Amino acid sequence: MSQQASFWNNLDQVFVLLQHRIAGYFPVWLQPVVETILAVVGIVAAFPGIFALTTVLERKGLGRMQNRLGPNRVGPLGILQPVADGIKSLTKEDIVPLSADAAVHFLAPVVLVIAVFMGFAVLPIGRNMVLANLDAGLLFFFAIGASTELSIFMAGWSSRNKYSLLGAMRAVAQMISYEVPLLLSSVVAVMITGSLSTVKIVEAQSGFTGIFPHWYVFTPWGFAGFVLFVIAALAETNRSPFDLPEGESELVAGYFTEYSGFKFALFFLGEYLGMFSIAGFAITLFLGGWGAPLSVLEFVPSWAWFFLKLLAAIAFFIWLRGTLPRLRQDQLMNFAWKFMLPMTLLNLVVAGAWRFLGDGWPRWVICSVVLLAAYVLLGRVLMRNQNLGARSYRYAD
Amino acid sequence: MTFGCSIAFLLSAALTVAGALAAALLKNLVHCALSLTVTFAGLALLYLQLDAQFAGFAQILVYIGAVAILVVFAILLTRGAGIPEYRGFSSSWLLGLIIAAAIFALFGWAVTKSLPAQITASAAPAITVQSIGAALMSSYVLPLEIVAVLLTVALIGAVIVAMPESRITKSETRTGGGQ
Repeated sequence: MSQQASFWNNLDQVFVLLQHRIAGYFPVWLQPVVETILAVVGIVAAFPGIFALTTVLERKGLGRMQNRLGPNRVGPLGILQPVADGIKSLTKEDIVPLSADAAVHFLAPVVLVIAVFMGFAVLPIGRNMVLANLDAGLLFFFAIGASTELSIFMAGWSSRNKYSLLGAMRAVAQMISYEVPLLLSSVVAVMITGSLSTVKIVEAQSGFTGIFPHWYVFTPWGFAGFVLFVIAALAETNRSPFDLPEGESELVAGYFTEYSGFKFALFFLGEYLGMFSIAGFAITLFLGGWGAPLSVLEFVPSWAWFFLKLLAAIAFFIWLRGTLPRLRQDQLMNFAWKFMLPMTLLNLVVAGAWRFLGDGWPRWVICSVVLLAAYVLLGRVLMRNQNLGARSYRYAD
Repeated sequence: MTFGCSIAFLLSAALTVAGALAAALLKNLVHCALSLTVTFAGLALLYLQLDAQFAGFAQILVYIGAVAILVVFAILLTRGAGIPEYRGFSSSWLLGLIIAAAIFALFGWAVTKSLPAQITASAAPAITVQSIGAALMSSYVLPLEIVAVLLTVALIGAVIVAMPESRITKSETRTGGGQ
């Protein structure tokens, strides 16, 4: 039994042990540097690998949802499509418009990819598997995320193209508006944990009552916070249904219209990696990070749980993309400022009430009733002047 | 002399000064705004080297994430991009140089005067985010609330400035024109 336990323990910590083993070959003063470099190599290898997998999953998934097949030529069932995409983007001609601002045009994808990769530094991928255990880890992530807005503006402005500029301004307005609900909805998790460090937030959710975990998503304020965080995260990464800045039917390709070849691939990579890191943060803050969902399943390695949850989040995002229509710009902004901001502020109050009402069933009932009532009332009040009739469907014959 | 001139400090200081010089000397206004962003990043690096994690990350979040965006939006909405400014030198540049040198001398004197006589090698006090939060809630509550009121006033002001004309005057003009 103890041999089995130590096997699962070793499997759980296999990457950490590998890191220490390789660093052991170097002199002592060089070891911290080598360990950091190994962790960075791990991140740079793993997440673009997941990106390649996601591109093919998305195209196949969207294809099936739209009643078509998706890519199926390259490799069995189209699995090797990312390889073909990579070769294509590397060999395409890199066109920079004559009147474009060459320096800023070149730097925009670079700034995006740098900012997005830095966001992975505070993500706890497994037990003891975080690159930088910062005391203010969450603040670091949101600060770096705010820098990506600048790169989108740089891309749109430097192209000297009306569509790019429009797309960039829409994207920056959207990202700024949704940053407020994003931060406020993550503050509830910080409030209840008492720390901004991502490692401590995950550890605070690692207990079990019976077989059920202490994840924050299973509390009223945690569920509301999770839903609000996911909506704001979709808007932050310009992901459907919030993808008006890059809507193909409206703006050609928005702020990356004038990018071709590998710079376009870098933008694509940056956008998807941003989606992964913010999904990773949703998992860390509300879904228990690397914790198992049932206490009997604790033997499965922590990093496996993290990547399974990440895969589920990605599947959910792809599902949303294939299902929901795009929001218009004014609908977007109204939604952010009139609905999400009051709900996140109310969630803060409810989380505070949860903390001070003490254990027992009354706090569950009170918090759930307050949140549900606010949701229904706010929705009714905001839809009052819309005069929407009954829904009508038109099917193709 | 003062900071021990570590490599990290020299690099961040060089980045900050280069960004500030570029922001003052470049022709294209949006390039100036982007160089100012580099200056903000250099300042954040300096805060982080002094172990002030909260100050450094708040600098990135507020200055690079909000103030820089505000500056570029202001440039875009008031000037239109792409017209390089003509940079001439003003006629009173000698007076400006003397005043700048005097202010720099004042700052240098104040900084060197305020340092302790010996730099002791004790560990820096670890100011955690929790202690900042506790201080904000206990001894600095009044400034916190005043800042909140200030931000609310700014938000309301922005909404009022950006609001379209009220519906009453619009419908009046419409019916007036119809008759």
